[in-house]
Amino acid sequence: MGSPSPQLSDYSAESARALFRTRYGVDERVLTELLEVALGRGGDYADLYFEHRQTSSIAFEESKVKTAGGGITQGLGVRVLSGDSTGYAYTEDLSLESMRQAAATAAKICDRQDKVGPVDIAEATGPDRYRIQKPSIEIPSAEKLAIIRRADEAARAYDPSITRVNISFVEEVKHVMVATSDGRLMADFQPMLRFNVQCLSEVGNSRQTAVDGGGGRLGMEYFVDHPPEAIARNAARQAVTLQKGVEAPAGYIPVVLSAGESGILLHEAVGHGLEADFNRKKTSNYSDRVGQPVASELCTVIDDGTINHSRGTINVDDEGNVAKKNVLIENGVLQGYLQDRISAKHFGVEASGNGRRESFRHYPMPRMTNTYMLPGESTPEEIIKSVKKGLYAKAFSGGQVNISKGDFVFSVTEGYLIEDGEVTHPVKNVNIIGNGPDTLSKVTMVGNDFELSDGRWTCGKDGQSVPVGVGMPTVLVSGITVGGTQR
Amino acid sequence: MLIGAGTEFSVTIRKQEVENIVEASSRALGLRVIKGGRVAVSYSSDFTPDALTQFVADTVERAAISDVDEAAGLPDEGYGQVDPATLNLLDPDIEDMDGDRAIELARRCEQAGFDADSRISNSGGAGYGYNTGLRVLVNTRGFSGISRGSGCSLSVELMADDADGKKQNDYWYTADRFFKNLESPESVGKKAAERAVRKIGARKVPTREVPVVWDPMVSRTLIGLLARSASGELLYRRSSFFLDMEGQQIGSPLLNVVDDPLMPGKLGTRSFDGEGLISKKNELFREGTFVQFLLDTYTARKTGRASTHSAVRGVGGTPSVGTSNLLLLPGSSTPGEIIASVSDGLYLTELLGFGDNLTTGDFSRGAAGLWIENGQLSYPVSEINVSGNLKDMIRDIEMVGNDIDYRSSTVAPTILMKRLMVSGL
Repeated sequence: MGSPSPQLSDYSAESARALFRTRYGVDERVLTELLEVALGRGGDYADLYFEHRQTSSIAFEESKVKTAGGGITQGLGVRVLSGDSTGYAYTEDLSLESMRQAAATAAKICDRQDKVGPVDIAEATGPDRYRIQKPSIEIPSAEKLAIIRRADEAARAYDPSITRVNISFVEEVKHVMVATSDGRLMADFQPMLRFNVQCLSEVGNSRQTAVDGGGGRLGMEYFVDHPPEAIARNAARQAVTLQKGVEAPAGYIPVVLSAGESGILLHEAVGHGLEADFNRKKTSNYSDRVGQPVASELCTVIDDGTINHSRGTINVDDEGNVAKKNVLIENGVLQGYLQDRISAKHFGVEASGNGRRESFRHYPMPRMTNTYMLPGESTPEEIIKSVKKGLYAKAFSGGQVNISKGDFVFSVTEGYLIEDGEVTHPVKNVNIIGNGPDTLSKVTMVGNDFELSDGRWTCGKDGQSVPVGVGMPTVLVSGITVGGTQR
Repeated sequence: MLIGAGTEFSVTIRKQEVENIVEASSRALGLRVIKGGRVAVSYSSDFTPDALTQFVADTVERAAISDVDEAAGLPDEGYGQVDPATLNLLDPDIEDMDGDRAIELARRCEQAGFDADSRISNSGGAGYGYNTGLRVLVNTRGFSGISRGSGCSLSVELMADDADGKKQNDYWYTADRFFKNLESPESVGKKAAERAVRKIGARKVPTREVPVVWDPMVSRTLIGLLARSASGELLYRRSSFFLDMEGQQIGSPLLNVVDDPLMPGKLGTRSFDGEGLISKKNELFREGTFVQFLLDTYTARKTGRASTHSAVRGVGGTPSVGTSNLLLLPGSSTPGEIIASVSDGLYLTELLGFGDNLTTGDFSRGAAGLWIENGQLSYPVSEINVSGNLKDMIRDIEMVGNDIDYRSSTVAPTILMKRLMVSGL
């Protein structure tokens, strides 16, 4: 495809800086000027977030390419801080005049006369955790269609009841650059690939759908370790399995969470409640609990932005801070929160590299990256064997949490009854509800089989979506409320 | 081709201090090309002439990736627009709001909450915001439509302390196309406070099947699920539990659901749909009979039917099926009468999660609310699930309230459902 896209031989932080400098004329002189406009009414701090994002998508259905989609957005978000107050403005138009106007609009949060002195900006470099040969967006579509067709055929071949297969192939390349009034200039190149297969199984009048997918900050090399056939067969298998699903149990019972996707429990039960903005405002049920036990001693929970090529990984966050591996809970004791700049200042700690935003249209806030629990000692077999009557939860469609109360839910799309230590019948889709610290205190066995879920999770907060990762070993929760219909 | 442009302005305060002020205007262009039955869509926000020329050429080139789709294409008939002057879509004064006045509104709203009850100990923040939007849709069949609209809202979230570091929170909001129609800041703050405070001491309840009264905050979720299940996309994909049920009495005789884009001044009102077809009202349920699926041109062609003029379109994508003002029509009972009719059951005020399967109708979500004893709201409950199947649930609607509040584009009154499984202890 021809070019409004940047034609760059190399994909890196340097290519991001070069893009904004050569294509939009954003050099150090412009950055300095915009920051000075932003602080022109006396703000304490200002930052500029430049973003250039190109997407491409293929929707495949009924064994045909239905729609080829794509587009480009670019823009600047300007943030001015005055105490704990934020002024924010953005523009899609990267002309100097529009950028100046955005900076002046954000500056209105302040009305002081004490102007801030000139800003010196120094380029800094971050790590390089998702260097790829070539983003898939640059690869001819025929190669992607071949991948899609392989998945389509594999899903249909899995079982004669598979009558419909929907596949999507979505790619994104994002160049970002952050310049701050405390003199930092950080840039990053962020690729993303996402592959999704949905299957319908029809047996007479009984219909079941299931989805599987994955991806990460990768190009076509994703499919080396994740053959499209395997993803397709897993979606088909889940749909076929659901045909035999029995009513799920209702009530407070033991649940074994399988390794991988179950990390969604941590994301909801722990992760959101530990985002520092809620704790700074004391609106989280984890507020003022650092140093206290909030989970069983078997639980060590980490948020880790440094896993190579994972969907939730970032070299630098959207405030220009380098991503880190942060221990949230160690042996059951709360260690600290996920910080952005405002909260880190409030708590007097270093920013933890969790200041993220959906796009230049949004201001940053504390967000998770890849959230997981460290493995324990038990084998998955002995964990399942220990349960007389319970649920084995394997695949999930999503979750949600009420931060203040700590009540969280997650929806099981592939689950099985456990009867006398054996995994038996598949069950219909079911919701599970727990309360963060209470549920984590009931983690009585942790497996030695850690798995990072394949990259398909997106986290929503205050209307902003960001890609995240989750991971988990097999875990036993001795009691949690399962929302089936069978007593 | 669709052009969307708009402005947004919002202020949030917390504990009376300003937290955020956001102010911006934006625009974007979406292009759909159908070339010999091959479809491509593109979006861009770069409006310079050279970039636009390249953008169009790229989109045409992109269409070659697609296969020929017999059902793809623009509508053949039905184009038109309802006179926007009759629809009251735009508050001409909405942009008169300045930052100081907006901050004042949010402060009054939060303060009213703190003043309403001494147990309110914290705030998640209060905010006022408005937006204006312009949409221009043109196509090669000669349709061209322009629509301008506005919206504004005022909201607050408040908290009361509960045992074990838990906080009971709730919120209230008011929203409308016109600033003058908003509820007063004092009323919004007071309602949020009442809703939060009544949750103090919430407990789990034993697992069993009971009658459930749905507060309007949650009954509208139920109606939204019905509309999504009635989407032409799930019809041609054979993935809706409503398949083969058109014309059948599958719901309670009290179930009357319409999608009505013509109601003047309401948030979902529009003069033409996402493909340029003239807006019209559609019935989904009449006295429990499932009337029809909602269709855009593509899903209509796929299923050998006519479009119901139900297309929605975002700048970046193809048209798809959506709703405008989706309503469960009010009944005759007051909410008080509905609650009073239940001797032992759940008053459901909150749903959590996404545990719905529209292919099978299985419904399972996290929940919270108040227990009803002898026709009275008795004590708060939380950390429970409510579960059933939508087919049974719509049949089991036994009372429909007369309370309807157009704060969103999907609205429903209080309803009573004969039974749902409530799982707790």
